[in-house]
Amino acid sequence: MLLKLFSRNRHTVQKLGFTLITLVAVITVLPIVGTVIFILVKGGSALSLEFLTGFPRDGMRAGGILPAIIGTLYLTFGTALFSVPLGIAAAIYLAEYAKDNRATRAIRLAIINLAGIPSVVYGLFGLGLFVLFLKLGTSILAASLTLSIMTLPVIISTAEEAIRSVPQSFRTVSISLGATRWQTIRRIVLKEALPGILTGVILGLERAAGETAPILFTGAAFFLPRLPNSPFDATMALPYHLFVISTQVPEMPIQIQYGTALVLLIFVLTMNIVATVIRSRARAKRQW
Amino acid sequence: MEKSLSLREFIITRLIQASGYSAILFVALIFFFLLREGLPTLSEVGVTSLLNVRWYPIEDYFGILPLLSGSLIVTLGAALVAVPLGVGTAVYISEIAPRWMREILKPLVELLGGLPSVVLGFLGILIVSPFLRVFLDLPTGLTAFTGSLLLGGIAVPTIVSVAEDALDAVPRAFREGAWALGATHWQTIWRVTLPAAKSGVLTGVMLGIGRAIGETMTVMMVTGNAPVLAVKLGSLFHPVRTMTATIAAEMGEVANGSQHYHVLFFIGMTLFLISLLVNVIASSVIFQSKKRAERVLS
Repeated sequence: MLLKLFSRNRHTVQKLGFTLITLVAVITVLPIVGTVIFILVKGGSALSLEFLTGFPRDGMRAGGILPAIIGTLYLTFGTALFSVPLGIAAAIYLAEYAKDNRATRAIRLAIINLAGIPSVVYGLFGLGLFVLFLKLGTSILAASLTLSIMTLPVIISTAEEAIRSVPQSFRTVSISLGATRWQTIRRIVLKEALPGILTGVILGLERAAGETAPILFTGAAFFLPRLPNSPFDATMALPYHLFVISTQVPEMPIQIQYGTALVLLIFVLTMNIVATVIRSRARAKRQW
Repeated sequence: MEKSLSLREFIITRLIQASGYSAILFVALIFFFLLREGLPTLSEVGVTSLLNVRWYPIEDYFGILPLLSGSLIVTLGAALVAVPLGVGTAVYISEIAPRWMREILKPLVELLGGLPSVVLGFLGILIVSPFLRVFLDLPTGLTAFTGSLLLGGIAVPTIVSVAEDALDAVPRAFREGAWALGATHWQTIWRVTLPAAKSGVLTGVMLGIGRAIGETMTVMMVTGNAPVLAVKLGSLFHPVRTMTATIAAEMGEVANGSQHYHVLFFIGMTLFLISLLVNVIASSVIFQSKKRAERVLS
């Protein structure tokens, strides 16, 4: 009798608990879905050819956001130029060459720390090193370099994981056929690890594309009536533009704000979805 | 032929090795430049003036206590929001959700991690803060609390992904043992799985809180930016100003090399040291638990 009561009680507790936890998950996820749908709906009506391909007019209260779109493309591309080769090389070192010693642990600790440094501190660093010390000025180059150091930890850790997941036997066979270590890495290991590396690269660049604080003092321009024509020019960028028009410009039409938020969101969402698809496809195809 | 091949191999190996060590170089460079531009503050302004309650740079008041307290109260609020939501969601995804649900939830939480902070700040200004102003009957919706809610959202994905990894890594045998002893699924989660994953879950919580302290754009947009000392519980519902927001808002307007410029770098240096501390502690937890697992297995 007592045992029965107790056991019923236990199961009531379990039911309550599961309901609670499920509720917590719903509370976490609903705002995410809500946010995305809300911006899609509100911003959708602002999208037009003029908005996407025109220059801002009337103190940014009318016209399009082309310079900001192009600027974000430049910055993302510039970031990739530095962080992708460096990040993948570092990942190869950690996965294939590094021994488990104090130096390697120091590298890992450094990567963890890079991942944790606040984005605005990257901005300060970029200002101190690239803009002032190396005299690059507030420019696309300085901002890209700053962003690429920030994205490095994401790329290194995901690429390392992808390289490590390639079975050891692949390497053994390649080496036994007379290939050198580098040939093995380049032709066998990297080829197999490519989808995983790509996922990491895209996720890292996604972060770079959406960041504002690191480019505030290194390359972002409040307003530019033209497109930047060299890496030494400052540039407008979508996230900074959204910040400017939602806090710094009085009497800003709400439509333009939602439209800008939507374009930025589409940018980031597309990268996110591409990364997710590449990863799940690779997982489904994997035979080892 | 043989020789040139091995030379190429040698050069490439060195390049790869140098790339590996570059992470250490960058951390050192960041620290060096923060020190170089931030340390002059100690002689220019002085420690006593820095530890003051008034931040009013135009008249050379550089007390950073209001900014410190602002960062602390917003982060504390964010932790109160993010820890239950993050750990709960991680438990749901790893232990309760059916497989198809997991496949939907994980990318969604990752998506939250990828949302630009400026978009969250934008929604904070337009939706969250007007709602809170009316709902809580406040003079302004731009308060520490608004910042905490949104920062909580930013910390959640970090907590979920690290905590979920930790829960996932608990061997299935642990759970089977508990079931075999007659424990319910729920009891197993609370008394076996979560305690076994404790260090990983804690790491996730710490890293999430670390992200919240360093977040800039969202807090700058929604916390009202008033550098007042926030020490009472009620301060949560007043405007505050965080360290990160101060740097972002003021760095654009100061002359390079001025006192104000050096103070802002000094604040950046403080933030760097805080994040260093959080990450070293969090990672030492990881290393320790790994060692313990290796001991158990060997």
